[in-house]
Amino acid sequence: MVKWTDKERSTVASVWEKIDIDEIGPQALARILIVYPWTERYFGTFGDIFTATAVLNNDKVAAHGKVVMKALDKAVKNIDNIRGTYADLSRLHYETLRVDPDTFKLLADCITITVACKLKSALSPQVQATWQKFLSAVVDAMSSQYE
Amino acid sequence: NSKKKADMSLNGKDKSVVKSFWDKIAPKAGELGGEALGRMLVVYPQTKTYFSHWADLSPDSAQVKKHGAIIMGAVGDAVGKIDDLAGCLSSLSELHAFKLRVDPANFRILAHNIILVMAMYFPAEFTPEVHVSVDKFLQNIALALSERYR
Repeated sequence: MVKWTDKERSTVASVWEKIDIDEIGPQALARILIVYPWTERYFGTFGDIFTATAVLNNDKVAAHGKVVMKALDKAVKNIDNIRGTYADLSRLHYETLRVDPDTFKLLADCITITVACKLKSALSPQVQATWQKFLSAVVDAMSSQYE
Repeated sequence: NSKKKADMSLNGKDKSVVKSFWDKIAPKAGELGGEALGRMLVVYPQTKTYFSHWADLSPDSAQVKKHGAIIMGAVGDAVGKIDDLAGCLSSLSELHAFKLRVDPANFRILAHNIILVMAMYFPAEFTPEVHVSVDKFLQNIALALSERYR
């Protein structure tokens, strides 16, 4: 079980307050498809996602980015039990979607970079450390049902 | 034939994207380097094990800032010699392999922090297209730095 100090909880909450799910979600998903193009393999039904321009203009990518961020909101609101909160989602990604769990780390990095673009110096080293600890817990939880 | 080595994967577009982005950030490069190193030491405390000879490992430390600037200077040199990263980084590779003995896994950690700081300071310029070329470039630097290890 991941332990959180009061300061860490309020740090995660304060980062989350500063970002708009509908803005960050599409940007983060576009970034993973452009920076790590092998992740395209999971989005066969999205149409043209094979150039940066296509990705940035793709409605399905944008819509799905929002879906992913809404799920992350659940983790923020259930920070003491991210594993339990994500058990079904993890099983879905393993058994049905068949997503390589390394992908979760890549998406976490893309989310962090997107957040860095938005928050700039508000993402101090300490805040970065706490935010990345939170995303590591999310990545672990997403990988938890893989066996 | 240097084409057979790591820098094979950097195409013409990557090189021109990296050079043009570097031109924009060059005046701040030293500061970015200091920030990136400072952050790495806070966010990935295991990296502090390589700097036990410094009294102060906080992001504000003069030594940390100075050393980060030195690192970024070397990255800037590599931008200038982007067609021959292995040659450019050969002596630094020997230094890291035989004297410093830094586990090459840490190059990826530092690269992440360099990228993050670039995004923070230049959010408009650090588009996904710039991000992918810079990520590939830093990966190629890491590969060139690892050349001499074993």
